[in-house]
Amino acid sequence: MKFTLSWLREHLDTDASPDEIGRRLTMLGLEVEGVEDPARELSGFIVGHVLEAEKHPNADRLRVCKVATGAETIQVVCGAPNARAGLKVILARPGTYIPVTGDVLKKGNVRGVESQGMMCSWRELKLGEDHEGIAELAEDTPVGARLVDVMSFDPVIEISITPNRADCLGVRGVARDLAASGLGTLKPLDTAPVPGAFKSPIGVRLDFAPEASSACPLFAGRFIRGVRNGESPQWLKDRLTAIGLRPISALVDITNYITFDLARPLHVFDAAKVKGDIRARLAQGGETLAALNGKTYALDGSMTVIADDSGPEALAGIIGGEASGCTDSTVDVFLEAAYFDPIRTAATGRKLEILSDARFRFERGVDPAFVQAGAEIATRMILSVCGGEASELVVAGAEPDWRTAVVMRPGRVEELGGVAVAKARQEDILRALGCAVSEHADGLLVAPPSWRGDIAAEHDLVEEVIRVNGFDAIPAVSLPRPSIAKPVLTPAQRRQGWVRRQLAARGLVETVTWSFLPAAQSGLFGGGDPAMRLANPISSDLDMMRPSLLPNLVAAAGRNADRGFRDLGLFEIGPQFDGPEPGQQRAVAAGIRAGAAAPRHWAVTQRAADVFDAKADALAALAAAGMNTESLMVAPEAPAWYHPGRSGTLRLGNKAVAVFGELHPGTLARMDVKGPVAAFEVFLEAIPPVKAKATKARPLLRLSPFQPVERDFAFVVDAPVPADSLVRAAKGADKALVADARIFDVYEGPGVGEGKKSLALSVTLQPVEKTLTDEEIEAVARKIVDAVAKATGGVLRS
Amino acid sequence: MDELDNIRAEALAAVAGAATLEALDAARVAALGKKGAISGLMSRLGAMTADERKAAGAALNAVKDEVAAAIAVRKGELDAKALDERLARERVDVTLPVRPERQGRVHPISQVMEEIAAIFAQMGFAVAEGPDIEDDFHNFTALNIPAEHPARQMHDTFYFGEKPDGTRNLLRTHTSPVQIRTMLTEKPPIRIIAPGRTYRCDSDMTHTPMFHQVEGLVIDKATHMGHLKGCLIEFVRSFFEVDDVPVRFRPSFFPFTEPSAEVDIGCSREGGELKIGYAREGAQSENDSGPTPTGKGWLEILGCGMVHPNVLRACGIDPHEYQGFAFGMGVERVAMLKYGIPDLRTFFDSDLRWLEHYGFLPIDVPTLSGGLTR
Repeated sequence: MKFTLSWLREHLDTDASPDEIGRRLTMLGLEVEGVEDPARELSGFIVGHVLEAEKHPNADRLRVCKVATGAETIQVVCGAPNARAGLKVILARPGTYIPVTGDVLKKGNVRGVESQGMMCSWRELKLGEDHEGIAELAEDTPVGARLVDVMSFDPVIEISITPNRADCLGVRGVARDLAASGLGTLKPLDTAPVPGAFKSPIGVRLDFAPEASSACPLFAGRFIRGVRNGESPQWLKDRLTAIGLRPISALVDITNYITFDLARPLHVFDAAKVKGDIRARLAQGGETLAALNGKTYALDGSMTVIADDSGPEALAGIIGGEASGCTDSTVDVFLEAAYFDPIRTAATGRKLEILSDARFRFERGVDPAFVQAGAEIATRMILSVCGGEASELVVAGAEPDWRTAVVMRPGRVEELGGVAVAKARQEDILRALGCAVSEHADGLLVAPPSWRGDIAAEHDLVEEVIRVNGFDAIPAVSLPRPSIAKPVLTPAQRRQGWVRRQLAARGLVETVTWSFLPAAQSGLFGGGDPAMRLANPISSDLDMMRPSLLPNLVAAAGRNADRGFRDLGLFEIGPQFDGPEPGQQRAVAAGIRAGAAAPRHWAVTQRAADVFDAKADALAALAAAGMNTESLMVAPEAPAWYHPGRSGTLRLGNKAVAVFGELHPGTLARMDVKGPVAAFEVFLEAIPPVKAKATKARPLLRLSPFQPVERDFAFVVDAPVPADSLVRAAKGADKALVADARIFDVYEGPGVGEGKKSLALSVTLQPVEKTLTDEEIEAVARKIVDAVAKATGGVLRS
Repeated sequence: MDELDNIRAEALAAVAGAATLEALDAARVAALGKKGAISGLMSRLGAMTADERKAAGAALNAVKDEVAAAIAVRKGELDAKALDERLARERVDVTLPVRPERQGRVHPISQVMEEIAAIFAQMGFAVAEGPDIEDDFHNFTALNIPAEHPARQMHDTFYFGEKPDGTRNLLRTHTSPVQIRTMLTEKPPIRIIAPGRTYRCDSDMTHTPMFHQVEGLVIDKATHMGHLKGCLIEFVRSFFEVDDVPVRFRPSFFPFTEPSAEVDIGCSREGGELKIGYAREGAQSENDSGPTPTGKGWLEILGCGMVHPNVLRACGIDPHEYQGFAFGMGVERVAMLKYGIPDLRTFFDSDLRWLEHYGFLPIDVPTLSGGLTR
């Protein structure tokens, strides 16, 4: 919403500066988006008087002028053809900022003659396009005066209007708010009826079935004959141009002006082109309207139209029709002022994708009690600008019922707003906003004005009082604190934090990727259910909810590789979507390592990231989440997007808590990303919650005074036997003594036989009661060999 | 005893002259070995008288000890020399790089959400969460956003396909549905923040189809707008770690709060760089649409207001008994302001260079005790 300062002053008696007004508007909730004040840049210019203008000795086209500044006379070299003695000009002296160049003027020397200033064109001041010569001021302009004091500039103020403030879509509503806040006085508005000189030859009707009567409860019109349409007067054109509207013709400009002045959209028909009476009705399927914007629209039965005998002539509250539009040759005009239902207007406008100033106002709600008044004001303006003679007003229907009264307890202002505002002051504010206020047993009975459809309840009134009184007046108060600081994160939330920082500590870089992805990639990672597709994706490659975090990470690795960064580790913690219903999502920590496991180094053999990097990441994440990873089983199976021979699932019982592995080369190829890529997915919600303990004390530490004994074994087992089963068997062989068992070598090849492998196992025995004798160590060793043999068929390598 | 003197002199000379541990050992054997010179003299003691033996034995033992001590000293010298030589051989170029370790980072969005949670935790707010996929009721209806509200149109909200019952799910457009879910399941007093992913059908220089919000909600019997101001001023100052950052509340409109306000913070520019708070007090005018290239101005950072009675009612809370405030802020926006990140879209690019530059070290856990940020 834009207006100029002079326009505002048509409604508001105020001496406030544009900046003061701007600040007040913002603090009233009418946020200022900008104030364009041409005067701001022109403070340095003064009025000069050309006393002499002689030809430049060295240049035919230049003149050397003696210019009076009021204080002295200076010499100015000027190339303008109209520079002549006697002229009052706009003068810049050295040091003045020149808007069009953005530079500060310096003293010059033009072809050997000193120039002590510059006489400016309108364009150099950004006040117009005229650059044919220097600006010529009126002869009586006082010499030496500041330009900003002798010229009137009309600053343009642009504000954004929140959807609840339809009344401020007209300048008068803005003025009313400013007046209520104490920044001036609202001027009266002349809404007196214009006497009709004759009966309108065009009648108006409402043709609605009862259930659709809300579409247009009130329709008023007036025939004005003998008008002269044409260009609007300069002041009207200036105001419309200032707010970005293109002047068209006086009749159209007047309706536009009143739309922005009073938030009262109107329409004018060329009466000669209207056949029969004008009626508001719903459109019929198959009807079309060639609108004033040059487009033709197909209408349907949900849309309100203004029609005559030949069919729709306008879309109610949205746009007029080409056929009955006013032109320069219009002589008789029919003026329409009506109230249209906001919801239907919005729906029609959306359906037909028409944005118009009228629609914008009707869909937010225009003043239902200002239909006839709007018509009267428009009539008066048409008569004064275009001449002619007005008929009686013709009216169909009645004002919709907008009256309401709200009981307001003045104490609520302090209870809800936290600021004490005296009851009398509350009443003043509400009255200034147009409310009728009277005493009531519970406080005040407040009847909001017709233009404030947004006020319907007590808290709306409380808001108005607090708003106009100023949010700055509310003292800030600290929230009462809890007496004992308690953790506010749930265990699951804390767990995410631990996992995040653990993975980052392991060298993975956290990223955040979209929750959606291309359908094709979704299919590669177990997705593809059409129910997971967005009906209106932002682009066709972001149309599916992600079934896994990995495709986005792999794609990110691909993009980084394209930039020259092939070796990387990335992770993300976020939702994966299992279904289209609320709650069908899981929190997952997923990561990838692509390219080399580590940068090339003089002392380290380079290798590619592999399944064991991914497994280590997954285990570290699980451990960070508070899980005892000893209790996990590793199963050599994983979803189809993993390498079938180099992937696994970490299970707790039969619940998968993580999967890891190298990604399937086929999957990577289809994503056009070079492998190998090692990846893991940890399902955070599958991790059992850490049990709350009665005490924070750690279990007592029992240290054995006896040295641990380490024994190495080499077992030959069938190649498919999982190493893990060997470790478990060894650990289970004597739970009291075997403290640890680890595989430290794997060998396949000559010496162990076809289809066999040798696993080297280091077992730590921790005596608790006494130092072990050789015999006791041998006995444990035998138990270990037996247990391994039983569990895996493995035999000691001879 | 000339013989003993000779043996002593020879042995000591041999020890002193031993250039290697092997030579020293040979000298030791020659003097003290079983067949060595001193041992030879020892064996003769048995043939002596007791008195002779006493005198000769003492002299012999003294020589033996002296030689043994000389050997020990010489061995020490030779050992030290050998070690020096070994260490000299073991010299490496210490300017060579260490074995590589990757340094991970925490994404600024995660870090900033933790910072926000740390501040509100101190004020007694718990962290609540809710689903990304929502239904109409939780995202709109319960929040006093009527069916014909423009926000419900396809151009703002991501929808899923229509279900057999005619309804359709959507991606939450704000984290406000978490408010609703909390109020439906918990009784006041309520004090929560709800961080999370949010989605809008928008993509340009300053919008991404997914972004993050932190929503806050306080419901009890007495919380009013003064508390709202106090709480958010404290938050802003803690978060930006600037004690005197100017904070302005100006009236606005949201369907789910009334009165509603937008919160602006005062900023200034110095040398082209945005500074939260005023660098210098001066004649520069305040600019409502952000700081001018050389001056100061206001930047909008969050929206807030008193919870609308219709919202309370939709959640089964009696608005005559309870009231409170809600607020919501864009995580990326405050992160950009605080950490000088120029472009919103880069948050979601996964560009390694960006992540390493703007990301945080895992040890940088935001705490109030240590200051949120290093």
